[in-house]
Amino acid sequence: MVVFITRRVLQSVIALLVMSALIFIGVFAIGNPIDILINPQADQAEIARATAALGLDQPMWVQYWEFLRHAVTGDLGRSFSQNMPAVQLIFERMPATVELALCAMLFAIVLGVPLGLVAGIKPDAWYSKTIMAGSIFGFSLPTFWVGLMMIMVFSVYLGWLPSTGRGHTTQLFGIPVSFLNWDGITHLMMPALNLALFKLSLLIRLTRSGTREAMLQDYVKFARAKGLPMRRIVGVHVLKNIMIPIVTVIGLEFGSLIAFAIVTETIFAWPGMGKLLIDSINVLDRPVIVAYVLIIVCLFVIINLVVDLLYSMLDPRVRLAEARA
Amino acid sequence: MSNRGVETPFRRVAADFAESRLAVAGLVTLILILIVAIGAPLVSPQNPYDLATLDIMDSKLPPGGQSLDGMTFWLGSDDQGRDMLSAIFYGLRISLGVGTLATVCALAIGLTVGLIAAWFGGWVEAVIMRLVDLQLSFPSILIALVLLASLGQGVDKIVIALITVQWAYYARTVRGAALVERNKEYIEAATSLALPTSRILFNHLLPNVLPPLIVIATVQVAHAIALEATLSFLGLGMPITSPSLGLLIANGFTHLMSGKYWISLYPGIALLATIVSINLVGDQLRDVLNPRLQK
Repeated sequence: MVVFITRRVLQSVIALLVMSALIFIGVFAIGNPIDILINPQADQAEIARATAALGLDQPMWVQYWEFLRHAVTGDLGRSFSQNMPAVQLIFERMPATVELALCAMLFAIVLGVPLGLVAGIKPDAWYSKTIMAGSIFGFSLPTFWVGLMMIMVFSVYLGWLPSTGRGHTTQLFGIPVSFLNWDGITHLMMPALNLALFKLSLLIRLTRSGTREAMLQDYVKFARAKGLPMRRIVGVHVLKNIMIPIVTVIGLEFGSLIAFAIVTETIFAWPGMGKLLIDSINVLDRPVIVAYVLIIVCLFVIINLVVDLLYSMLDPRVRLAEARA
Repeated sequence: MSNRGVETPFRRVAADFAESRLAVAGLVTLILILIVAIGAPLVSPQNPYDLATLDIMDSKLPPGGQSLDGMTFWLGSDDQGRDMLSAIFYGLRISLGVGTLATVCALAIGLTVGLIAAWFGGWVEAVIMRLVDLQLSFPSILIALVLLASLGQGVDKIVIALITVQWAYYARTVRGAALVERNKEYIEAATSLALPTSRILFNHLLPNVLPPLIVIATVQVAHAIALEATLSFLGLGMPITSPSLGLLIANGFTHLMSGKYWISLYPGIALLATIVSINLVGDQLRDVLNPRLQK
């Protein structure tokens, strides 16, 4: 187990290093930072001085080492447009994104698992076919377009829900959250549902296929022979057995929810990290772009690591296979 | 063909494919969309990008509205007085073109890299596959966004971004299929004949790993189109001079709040029809080409 964990952590560190190098090359080496950082009217001597001051005359690997050294201490530069440390700016926006993503995940689980169970128990019923057809649409519909249509229906025509912003926030342990008051909830509803749609379809399909397989197993037949009510068979026996893959997928998909929040936040003007990224790209605020990407990469590496470790604890076969490989 | 009744592989696939009415409907829709997209200049009522034909007096007409000179805008017009139906036909052309081009290039790269990984093994394989794993652990939209943020805008850049996002899927699939195939007798026979490696790879191995690739490529075209539309909507994709469906939808977003729904709605439906029909065809192809499901 110790060997497995060490290896896995080492792999994560290497992944982080590779990604940071790629980001460094992509953002700092392809474009010329000087063009952005100093006044275009500056003369040659001034450009040379600024280049030396910023360390841009050093060889590439020295620059990368400096970048890494600063990154480790949490210093990823200052935002040009907001004049504050890029990392701080992102951490300020993070709660909004995490709240949105958690809420979307909740929608996906609360709706997706029961619908998947229903579709898996009676795969040939008309309602199961409707659910599956719906999930194909959930996969095919581009998220951003669904968001627009939701705004059109619920905000413009029906006038039920507000279309932009986060609404009134309440402090919870010093973090502003929207879900504790009605105004915040009405603002949260549409973006969360929009973001949930894709994961909802995924969970429906996953639960359905798991249930279909589980229903054919001997333990289900035995439980039925014992005369247990269907509710108990499905709710206890089947659900327990299909939970492992579902939990894994939920864990892994959480990272992608945060990434896809970029689109949803832009549509609903939700003041999270994703909207910050798009705004920064539009004004070429490179330190913020780099900081966002590095933080997201860390987040992904950590999520993948945690899911892998949890999985190996739940399922010893994984551990053995990894140790042998 | 004169050999009627003889079961060629193509005929078997076609017959199996036709078993699902939904998939056939998808295929028919897809063919119609392709015809409209390729023949956009011929079937459009108006050339939406010829400024001489546009009249600002016709702007934001609702669907079915008439222009001053008697032309009917079946799907309404946008803020420039552009016929939406024509704009959608031209937009389909750009979306499908970019999606297909990116998929074909990514397929070629992924195929070559995957075959090399499977054939040579060792550290070559290890490096390639770690790279693939690393890339696939991040959502495609994130990779594309970061790339476009550092490369800038343009048709060529979005194609590069779409290729970068896709190649890893093909590389992984090809390697998986090729690892199974390389231990079979026909490869052994080819090797003992001392054929050149490139010939074994591309003439013997390649045709046998194609079926799963065709399936993935079909579905990936849909992915590429959706991703391009999303990026364009975010303002990072296609330049304003080549308005894809995503850009049309983004343009309509600004008028949505005033109730002018048609500028966003219809391009969205065109996008949806394209993606759904490609997915339906892809799903059925997967079943037809999967040897495990064969009766």
